[in-house]
Amino acid sequence: MAPAEPLTNTILYLDGVSVSFDGFRAINNLSLTLDKGEMRAIIGPNGAGKTTMMDLITGKTRPDKGEIYFDGAHDLTRYDEAEIANLGIGRKFQKPTVFECHTVEDNIALSLKGPRGAFRTIFDRRSASEPSRIDEILAIIRLTDRRDELAANLSHGQKQWLEIGMLLAQEPKLLLIDEPVAGMTDAETEETARLLRDIATRHSVIVVEHDMHFVRELGVKVTCLHEGSVLAEGSIDHVSQDPRVIEVYLGR
Amino acid sequence: MMTKRFFEGGLDRRIQLLLVVLVAAAVVVPVLNLAVPPTSSFHIPTHAVALMGKYLCYAMLALSLDLVWGYCGILSLGHGAFFALGGYAMGMYLMRQIGPRGVYGHPVLPDFMVFLNWKELPWYWYGFDQFWFAALMVMVAPGLLAFAFGWLAFRSRVTGVYLSIITQAMTYALLLAFFRNDMGFGGNNGLTDFKDILGFSLQAPATRAALFSATALVLALAVIVTARLVSSKYGKLMVAVRDAESRTRFLGWRPENIKLIAFTISAVMAGIAGALYVPQVGIINPSEFAPANSIEIVIWTAVGGRGTIMGPVIGAIAVNWAKSWFTAALPEVWLFALGALFVAVTLFLPKGLVGVWEQWSAARKARTKRASPTVPPEKTTATEPAASAARPAPVAAPLMGVEPKPAE
Repeated sequence: MAPAEPLTNTILYLDGVSVSFDGFRAINNLSLTLDKGEMRAIIGPNGAGKTTMMDLITGKTRPDKGEIYFDGAHDLTRYDEAEIANLGIGRKFQKPTVFECHTVEDNIALSLKGPRGAFRTIFDRRSASEPSRIDEILAIIRLTDRRDELAANLSHGQKQWLEIGMLLAQEPKLLLIDEPVAGMTDAETEETARLLRDIATRHSVIVVEHDMHFVRELGVKVTCLHEGSVLAEGSIDHVSQDPRVIEVYLGR
Repeated sequence: MMTKRFFEGGLDRRIQLLLVVLVAAAVVVPVLNLAVPPTSSFHIPTHAVALMGKYLCYAMLALSLDLVWGYCGILSLGHGAFFALGGYAMGMYLMRQIGPRGVYGHPVLPDFMVFLNWKELPWYWYGFDQFWFAALMVMVAPGLLAFAFGWLAFRSRVTGVYLSIITQAMTYALLLAFFRNDMGFGGNNGLTDFKDILGFSLQAPATRAALFSATALVLALAVIVTARLVSSKYGKLMVAVRDAESRTRFLGWRPENIKLIAFTISAVMAGIAGALYVPQVGIINPSEFAPANSIEIVIWTAVGGRGTIMGPVIGAIAVNWAKSWFTAALPEVWLFALGALFVAVTLFLPKGLVGVWEQWSAARKARTKRASPTVPPEKTTATEPAASAARPAPVAAPLMGVEPKPAE
């Protein structure tokens, strides 16, 4: 059972989580909590354990020790990827991953929340509410006029937005977004910041990002990871003035 | 009602054409074989009917492979095993049909069992004197094997080249098993000397023509089922798993179940193809399990164009027609030609013959559009022709627009 009282307003709770690969401690006694409706930016140098942390939350990797609870009662270490996705955690990969051979619309349609039995999809027909849901999401990610285009023909930035749209279609409670602006132009980066701030009004979000300018634009609480545990936490100004943070980013 | 919904839609013009050709062949070929006198130049000799029937069985086999490889990214190098199992199930029925007419004249036991001094029929031969039971086993045996194999392999997340290797190992293991006399399937010689099917003599031209028609119609049905399957939401999920398996998984789907369904349906289809094949060629033996056979199926599919419905059908017929011609005219060259064909297709025609045809027809459309933007001036306003000329011609069907990625 999850510790009941302190978690009432917590969507994600990691306590003392460690995991090693071949003797290398990727995550080392990591503790982190995220409130419902909160957006958090995670920063940290390469190898700080940011992506491994996402793997732990989404069930791709199992922790050696420690607890991970989602939405109060769900012990995430007991579920696999598909089950965790259906509990309400959406994950965007570092490299934009969409279904390139499908249209933008089909990408969203395949992601819409609904029964996930494989067999029944053979006879599945689109439900009445689907088109309006798809319209809504396409409007949010600003791809309405490209709905019939193959996802392969989208630009890099548009693929990132499409993938975020696919997460929204899942109607998750928590979104994990890994480096959304890597390889984007300045205009696309700004657009993405707007999109994420908009999403954060209705969802809990964790954004992993390298780009400090973008993190500043999000204007949210920042957690800096280093060697698999939390180095500093607070506002972007507070964290970026922390001498230890400056050292891991610039020093050595 | 579910079945009715399943068969609605999903058949584009080209697939409709293919269906028309298959149904027409099912009617015309027997007529030209049986009703037209042999002196006429329209007469189709019986051996040609059998040959065409064989090609159509191969076409169905290639279509079944395409369902898992072209659409779902599972490169099976063991699909010949499902074909052979279906063939063996049919062969067992045909053996039981011989009854007391065998060389040793035993009322129940097939000749090879008498020869091996067996006293009674093994339990797994029971029921095969009934056609309905054999027809059921034609689907159940390969389907069950595929289900068990796929359940273990996909759940353990065996993908890509490792999966291909274990499918190859599976068919090789079956090859060795069926070679053994004490398996009770005729060992090295397999099952042969069939007399009749459903009471009709297999030597009669009318039976052979009927078998051809049945093959053409069953292939047409397989085309419809495949086309509907790949155009359903399930079909889109298959392609999603092929192109981005982990994305599909993190959206909450279970790729292992999606693959398992495709693999099982495909194996059943291959088994039916094998069952139609055996009465037309008159023999089934363990060489059908040979790994090289399964690799040939991959070549047919690649040549025709994987990830399309037409491709495997055309590829299987074209390559086997070439094989028949080569092995008669230049027998020592065939294997080199086959190898060269596969290399050439991989290098120059990644989308196979269907891809070439699509490129060519798209280019032709673009040319005619460019050439005649002002031909019907009274029909269009001044701005429209320019607009329609500027619009790029559709390059290909959605699935062909992007090169299907090999399994990672």
